[in-house]
Amino acid sequence: MEWLSDTVFLSRLQFAFTAMFHILWPVLTIGLSLFLVLLEALWIKTGDHDYYRHARFWWKLLLLNFGVGVVSGIPLEFAFGMNWAPFATATGDFFGNILGFEAAMAFMLEAGFLGIAVFGWHKVPRAVHFLATCMVALGASLSAVWIMVANAWMQTPAGVLERDGEFIVQSYAAAIFNPAMPSSVAHMWIACLETSLLVIGGVSAWYLLRGRESAFFLKSFRLVVIVAAVVMPLQLLIGDEAGRVLAEHQPAKLAAIEAHWETNRPGQGAPWAVLAWPDVAAQDNRWALEIPDALSLLITHSRSGRVQGLKDFPVDERPPVGLTFYSFRLMVLIGVGLIALAWWSLWCFWRGDLRPERIGRRRWLLRSWLLALPLGYVAVEMGWITREVGRQPWVIYGLMRTSEGASALPPASVATTLAVYVLVYGLLAVVFLVFARRLILKGPNLQEPLPGENSGQDAGTAYG
Amino acid sequence: MDEVQLFLANIWFVLIGLMLVFYVVLDGFDLGVGVLSLFACDEDRRGVMMASLGTVWDANETWLVLLGGALFGAFPLFYATVFHALYIPTSLMILGLVFRGVAFEFHENAVNKRPWGLAFGGGSLLAALSQGAMLGAVIAGLPMEGERFSGSVWHWLSPFAGLVAVGVVFGYALLGSTYLILKTRGEIQRRSYRRAGWSALITFAAGALVTLFTPLMHPGVADKWFNWPAMAWIAFLPLTALVAFALLLRSLRRRYETAPFVYSLLIFVCSFAGLAISLYPYLLPPELTIVAAASSSKTLVFMLAGIGMLLPVMIIYNGYQYLVFRGKVGAGHGESGSEAAGNAGGP
Repeated sequence: MEWLSDTVFLSRLQFAFTAMFHILWPVLTIGLSLFLVLLEALWIKTGDHDYYRHARFWWKLLLLNFGVGVVSGIPLEFAFGMNWAPFATATGDFFGNILGFEAAMAFMLEAGFLGIAVFGWHKVPRAVHFLATCMVALGASLSAVWIMVANAWMQTPAGVLERDGEFIVQSYAAAIFNPAMPSSVAHMWIACLETSLLVIGGVSAWYLLRGRESAFFLKSFRLVVIVAAVVMPLQLLIGDEAGRVLAEHQPAKLAAIEAHWETNRPGQGAPWAVLAWPDVAAQDNRWALEIPDALSLLITHSRSGRVQGLKDFPVDERPPVGLTFYSFRLMVLIGVGLIALAWWSLWCFWRGDLRPERIGRRRWLLRSWLLALPLGYVAVEMGWITREVGRQPWVIYGLMRTSEGASALPPASVATTLAVYVLVYGLLAVVFLVFARRLILKGPNLQEPLPGENSGQDAGTAYG
Repeated sequence: MDEVQLFLANIWFVLIGLMLVFYVVLDGFDLGVGVLSLFACDEDRRGVMMASLGTVWDANETWLVLLGGALFGAFPLFYATVFHALYIPTSLMILGLVFRGVAFEFHENAVNKRPWGLAFGGGSLLAALSQGAMLGAVIAGLPMEGERFSGSVWHWLSPFAGLVAVGVVFGYALLGSTYLILKTRGEIQRRSYRRAGWSALITFAAGALVTLFTPLMHPGVADKWFNWPAMAWIAFLPLTALVAFALLLRSLRRRYETAPFVYSLLIFVCSFAGLAISLYPYLLPPELTIVAAASSSKTLVFMLAGIGMLLPVMIIYNGYQYLVFRGKVGAGHGESGSEAAGNAGGP
């Protein structure tokens, strides 16, 4: 139990836990709020009131999700000062500023318009309500952009100069558009869309499997299938680009992710290990299932391209190997599986099976969507482990070590707060699942009165 | 160059002060309603109290997130020192905010509402107490060595911090009860008048003690306050607060509905403006000045272009939200809590 007296390790564990818990909620908020924009736009454009009732139904889930997201984000806003004071002092000039931007532009849009979007259906004109929904979605997405700008800067810091241990911004353009930024922002945003598509698709599939409101839920299911057919493969392309940036700017991280120990000799390609048992002490893999030349091909798009091995880096600058290796592989496996699911669904759509009278023939498709419901979350968590564990031992890649960034706190204090977070977040997750299940079991209110039809309160008289 | 830096740092001191006032006043009534809900006799009434906040609580809480982000960007050294030093009260505040925040949705969805009603009230009380203790610890000052906090994790705990915590809890209760006077009818409103009176008296007593002790702890503050002719200017604030307090008591006696809330706001604004003037030019007296804690000029300008320009916009649409949902709870709120408000909110 030596780790219990290691403040740096405990602070890392606490940040990892609180960040990995928090990320679960905004990924759904971001994608679901965009879906709500789509639903409301379709309602206004087509006049089909099912879209309005869909919007009301999914808003309930979004709101439940949003509450946990808001509160679990608060600890992170203060964690940099509490557990990472030297890091905060050193990086406030850029990193802190960007977090401030995130709070101002994004969060205020989100929280400021949320009240109108949720409670204002009968209170404000339709256009104002649509604007509020758009602003909530815009705010949620902007939030992800700024967070990924800040995180990408920790991966590939640029545009700053060190002065007395502090990183002072020289060029905002260079710091914001740091090398990892475009692919990081895109990768995370698409991951949010994927996760949300899986949740919406999975929940819709559950109703379809039970034969409840089939016509109603086919509307959401078909929308999901169309978007997924484009979004799922897009992620693979962006992931490929992220890998290229990684090879150029964080070669040690790439080598750890791939358990690639020896740099390949000129003229020879580096193999890609599908599976391996990395042995850090021996600086080699005990065994590996490899595809010849594939790593060179993936990274450099050439069969004999040079990919640096871990042995090229000093031992104290190597990230952990096993964890990054396997979390990365799980993420990629899920990503590829999702493309298959999306295209299979599209094919069924094209065959005309996504109609109320024929959906019954496609039970395995619906079951697959139901099983895939949590996979987006798993992939997101695996991606974050790959990304952040792979950045070690640096907090700012190549400039500041994680151990130098931690506050000198008594280990007992950090261990206590960590234990409290585990208990409280565990409770929140359980309660959320109970209530989400209840919302879904209850289903949509198809008698929901329309705005303007009836001044709000007497439900159920108009549009039965 | 240094003058530019000084100017920018001062602008950010004012802006962050403004954000703090917005947060304290808005989440103040929010947390205050939470504290008062502990004394609600049944879940229906608690439901009405929560419904009165349903449309605004997360926007209110967002001011805290904005405050955290802006402090981190504009005064990183202050942000790092304070939250490192206040590890325990900050953790407690977060814990309180987590419980009261999720309680809104969970109370709404739960069959057994009692635990979430308690989470709402208890969480609000914990958050208010911690915020008071944090404020007290910052006013009292934090020991630093170079750029690092050099005290223990328990340094914040002092009788003075306890005094400020009491003041903040009752101050929030004052804001909360006057807000409930504005937003409810019947029994809840009637009780709120009485609670507002008590809260006002205790807030006033605590505030007077804090005002007395602060110059005693920091000679620099005393020099500023008791120095003619500056005193004549600064004395404007406590005098205004005093008048507002008298008017508040009168408006409570006369059963006005809007005036008590307005006077309570005025008391808070005066108190925080007075505090800012006392601390200036320090963020953490006597160790850390505004300029020493500030980011580079470039960053302060960049933040000003981003956050500073957005601030008026935020205030406008926050105001719009309050306008849309003005009036008593239960008078046709979209959904959340309207059922509960319907049967308990009437006279």
